[in-house]
Amino acid sequence: MKLFRILPALLCAFFAASALAQEAPDAMVKRVSQEVLGIIKTDPKVQAGDQARIREVVETKLLPNFDFERITALAMGRNWRQATPEQQKQLVDQFRTLLVRTYSGALTQYKDQTMDYKAMRGDPNATEVTVRTEVIRQGGAPVPIDYAMAKTPQGWKVYDIVVGGVSLVTNYRDEFNEQIKNGGVDNLIKTLQKKNGA
Amino acid sequence: MKRTCAVAALACAMLLSGCATAPGKIYDPFEASNRAMFAINEPIMEYVAKPIAQFYVAVTPSFFRTAVSNYVNNIDDLFSIVNDALQGKWDKMGNDMARVMINTGFGFGGLIDIASDLSIPRGEEDFGQTFGYWGFPQGPYLFIPVWGPTTVRDGTGSILRLLWSPTNEIPNVPVRNVIYGLVTVSEINDAVEAMKLVDQAALDKYTFIRRAYLQRREYMVYDGKPPPEKDED
Repeated sequence: MKLFRILPALLCAFFAASALAQEAPDAMVKRVSQEVLGIIKTDPKVQAGDQARIREVVETKLLPNFDFERITALAMGRNWRQATPEQQKQLVDQFRTLLVRTYSGALTQYKDQTMDYKAMRGDPNATEVTVRTEVIRQGGAPVPIDYAMAKTPQGWKVYDIVVGGVSLVTNYRDEFNEQIKNGGVDNLIKTLQKKNGA
Repeated sequence: MKRTCAVAALACAMLLSGCATAPGKIYDPFEASNRAMFAINEPIMEYVAKPIAQFYVAVTPSFFRTAVSNYVNNIDDLFSIVNDALQGKWDKMGNDMARVMINTGFGFGGLIDIASDLSIPRGEEDFGQTFGYWGFPQGPYLFIPVWGPTTVRDGTGSILRLLWSPTNEIPNVPVRNVIYGLVTVSEINDAVEAMKLVDQAALDKYTFIRRAYLQRREYMVYDGKPPPEKDED
């Protein structure tokens, strides 16, 4: 009876998944960032500056917690609805690649950082929250980093990051608008591809 | 004399630029010339600033660079006291005064940032923010080669700030000049560091820096609680 052997595993997986879905957003940010910072500080390959390894860490640890479709749609603003589903898919893919690269680059630069987590206030039943953290760097002012998060069937997902008051989504909205003005959605896709290919 | 004229001219421009901007909107009437200035700045960053920063990092230990930026921050804190007062932010003023006294007195003229270890937060107020707090809009966005992004309002603030520095009062001329040099190199190094991320992230560095700068300044004027931005459509 094969079924009996896989059933416990399935149940375990189910419970693990539901436990994660119920994890509070601030607890999630803390867990994920501590895990990533831990790897950054101890992994010998990361320490040696191995870009492929750093990207792997970002891909496997950070990315699952981001809602890239929503991030891309927000950065596109009103242009999102004008894009075909095929274009939308390409945009999400390319934007995701760009952010992974940027994030990996940033992680390589700031190895000696620690994070401070602010207590979250507000309605426990809210479906959208902002989790506030601070990055403490040696010899520099602390940099506040806020994560805008939304509750989805797959658990809490980040849809914007605000670093020292600079929103990722707002910043890219200008960039995207400009590319679209100069040649439509295809021009934006082309520019993103070129940037990622470089 | 020249400096006073420049301040007066900029102050006039600031008043005239008046209500032309709504918060959250980009106001960049000089975009064409700003972009030209930006283009001039690129090779300066690449072939002058970057080698200087690399040399600085190569020949100085990290505690030394920390000491230099602490010195710069301590002077910023001193000016922050003035701007806390101009905005009536007395809590911040208390913190900044404590910071400057502790760091100047016990931290060898600001070389060691003891106050941060004591968890006394920086007020980080400047003249540009004070003008913003008083209700002046940013006015036109400006990109100045070597200096970087600014606006008519913030630029006016920066000029006020440059009129005097405690460093000017150091009687020993060679020492004073070395400090001027180190402060400048430290600021160049910060700019080069920041540009690394922009190089990686931006599709068009000009728009990227413009929006990031304006968002950051708005955030600072509202002490981290800017009014929500309206969508542009």
